[in-house]
Amino acid sequence: MAQAAIELIGINKSFGAVRANRDINLEVARGTIHGIVGENGAGKSTLMSILYGFYQADSGEIRVGGKPVSINTSNDAIALGIGMVHQHFMLVDNFTVLENVILGAENDALLKSSIAKARSELDRLEREYGLEVDPDAVIEELPVGLQQRVEILKALYRGAEILILDEPTGVLTPAEADHLFRILKQLKDQGKTIVLITHKLREIMAITDTVSVMRQGTIVATRVTKETTVGELAELMVGRRVLLRVEKGQSEAGAIRLSVRNLTVKDQRGVTMVDNVSFDVRGGEIVGIAGVAGNGQSELLEAISGIRHAVSGEVMLEGKPIDLTGKADPGELRDRGLAHVPEDRHHVGLVLAFEENENSILGYHDDERYLKGPFLDIDAIMADAKDKIEKYDIRPGNPRLKTANFSGGNQQKIVLAREMEQDPGVLIVGQPTRGVDVGAIEFIHKRLIAMRDQGKAVLVVSVELDEIRSLSDRILVMFAGRVVGERGPDATEGELGLLMAGVERQEAAE
Amino acid sequence: MDSFNAVIQVLDSTIRLSVPLLLACLAGLYSERAGIFDIGLEGKMLVGAFAGASAAAVFHSALIGLGTAVLISVAFALVHGFASITHRGNQIVSGVAINFIAAGSTIILGQAWFSQGGRTPALQPGERFEAIIWPGADAIKDVPVIGPIYAELISGHSILVYFAFAMVPFTWWVLFRTRFGLRMRAVGENPAAVDTAGISVAWLRYRALICTGILTGVAGAYLSMVQNGGFVKDMTAGKGYIALAALIFAKWKPVNAMFACLLFGFLDAASIRLQGSPLPLVGKVPAQLMQALPYVLTVILLAGFIGKAVPPRAGGVPYVKER
Ligand SMILES: Nc1ncnc2c1ncn2[C@@H]1O[C@H](COP(=O)(O)OP(=O)(O)O)[C@@H](O)[C@H]1O
Ligand SMILES: [Mg+2]
Repeated sequence: MAQAAIELIGINKSFGAVRANRDINLEVARGTIHGIVGENGAGKSTLMSILYGFYQADSGEIRVGGKPVSINTSNDAIALGIGMVHQHFMLVDNFTVLENVILGAENDALLKSSIAKARSELDRLEREYGLEVDPDAVIEELPVGLQQRVEILKALYRGAEILILDEPTGVLTPAEADHLFRILKQLKDQGKTIVLITHKLREIMAITDTVSVMRQGTIVATRVTKETTVGELAELMVGRRVLLRVEKGQSEAGAIRLSVRNLTVKDQRGVTMVDNVSFDVRGGEIVGIAGVAGNGQSELLEAISGIRHAVSGEVMLEGKPIDLTGKADPGELRDRGLAHVPEDRHHVGLVLAFEENENSILGYHDDERYLKGPFLDIDAIMADAKDKIEKYDIRPGNPRLKTANFSGGNQQKIVLAREMEQDPGVLIVGQPTRGVDVGAIEFIHKRLIAMRDQGKAVLVVSVELDEIRSLSDRILVMFAGRVVGERGPDATEGELGLLMAGVERQEAAE
Repeated sequence: MDSFNAVIQVLDSTIRLSVPLLLACLAGLYSERAGIFDIGLEGKMLVGAFAGASAAAVFHSALIGLGTAVLISVAFALVHGFASITHRGNQIVSGVAINFIAAGSTIILGQAWFSQGGRTPALQPGERFEAIIWPGADAIKDVPVIGPIYAELISGHSILVYFAFAMVPFTWWVLFRTRFGLRMRAVGENPAAVDTAGISVAWLRYRALICTGILTGVAGAYLSMVQNGGFVKDMTAGKGYIALAALIFAKWKPVNAMFACLLFGFLDAASIRLQGSPLPLVGKVPAQLMQALPYVLTVILLAGFIGKAVPPRAGGVPYVKER
């Protein structure tokens, strides 16, 4: 085996009571691509952020190129030739690409020469790797795929020999992901070392040389990619056999319960995010909306659930129109039988500082069940919370615990329990399993299908194509604010991927 | 001609009155651009004013006064930094605390040292900054139009006035043309980006606060050593808050800040000028109403006449990596 580019020896890291990394040993050979897979919360980002100097390990040793090093800040890591593309981009949104690239890597106290140098350097990198991006574009105006490119350029500009990418493909279309992989292969051929974090096993099989599996803060296995299988990795990840697809019977679509006609929504900047979208959701079916993040799905959900104003269009709930000018407050829609599980449970779905029982009635707290005269009926609320905890297997099962102290999956269950137990006629769910561990995913999927089987209309938006394919009875694909196609549940990933990339639409236009 | 002279006079006092606002506003710009809200501009100006006048009176030197004003004001800025950067405290609470400490300590120390009811001794010539008369100002004073403009508006101010206005292009240059400015703007928007670029977030923010302290120190010195011949208790009279309003009004941009401060200075000057004299149509207006005008305008402007002012995104939020 070639010389090790990185060795991590006995790394431990805790955040308060959470042991994010325990006794990690990892060796990555120079000039290879090493994959790290693991469920959400397994500690992958933490481990790599330690290598990049963003966090400091509680104990352990790091060697780079065989030499023990101490990495206390990102500056140390950069000096050692380590670059990282973080899961949440580390970009200044209102800066230009150039400004972001030179930040921290300026030549001298004045910017002029740095900008000139970066401009020519970016030009070279662009030609060498096909990393095209307008150096004068402002970050917030770039699509996420290009923002990621800027992050890669930042690392290369600093002369990174070891490149860490943390879940880079989550924000990319399949085609963009392929392009990224070609670039990674090219970098590898030049002798650079790459660590790729992902939870998509197919990507691991396609591009890595070796792979480590993380579970609950430890590395449970390291394999040569050629000698392992997706099945084995999945099992290692979860620690047991997983159902990759939930079983479900035929849907029996009934009457239309939610109907959307010509809906157009603009964002704060006046950019059209949802462009003339129409569809129906019938009782007894799950309609899935697929698409790369940022193609209008969020705004669509927000408009239907009454959080965001729409510019024009018509939405009918159980045959009666919803006021789209924003006057229909979400509470009124709830009363009319529309339940909403928002995409962003931390900011919209929950008040993290509240106790579990408070969150489990949030938004329904005016309901007579929870009131005693003008006061909250604490006993009733507690009994109700305990009931939900039991039914939805929320752990730890303590309704007095602060919501922030629950894991992502359990927080999501709190929201789902709250919304589903109101027995709504229409349920709309954004990213049902984002940041949720595999065990809980299965549970949540089963619940959604149970809702369907009770004759409810379920609308699911997710950026996880697998999830959409396994749940939906019909799949709508959104691209650039439009619904660009409708497919059945048996549509192939490739077919949907092309739609998600807007390929078909462009061809049709030509 | 009379009315022309009146206009010149109002403009002249506009300049004088807007200088402390401008210095404080630019001071706030440095810290807020770096992501630290600083409601303690008022307090830092006040301690600057007190320290400046005290040191000038004791050492008989305007320069020593100015230096002391800056030192003490920077020291207070560092206290704010220690609370809000190092200890990740609430920036508003820290700022308010600084204002209280400033208001109380200047009176107590003033009384203890000088026994003049919280005042410092009246400054003598040489202990305060004098007006600088530009070459030829006297000669062309009587030339119509140009004469008064040159002699009154341009010439005849103290060095601190020119310093304040010079700080406008200088601050713009620092923000948009230097490495420090780039990093400072970045840290106010996304400190994690700065951190992962290998730059110390804390040290960067401290440096921004030092700039803030220097400017509030000069603003304080201007109040007690130029505008007034000594320190009077509570002499900042809310200027620090008006400067904060001007900063928002200016959308955190230096040139805008200058115009915002000139506007507030003008209202102040106009209200002084118009006190007691009857206005056309409305007749005589009570002095209190005129004095309230700048504040009323502040409320109106901030209530939405300026469009959306987007503050630096990380403003007011301590940088915490590990929850
Ligand atoms: N900055 C932080 N402060 C506190 N806890 C954290 C922080 N970052 C991660 N954690 C916790 O550490 C664990 C591992 O997280 P992470 O490394 O992000 O996992 P992964 O990248 O594998 O999804 C999780 O339980 C997470 O909640
Ligand atoms: Mg992660």
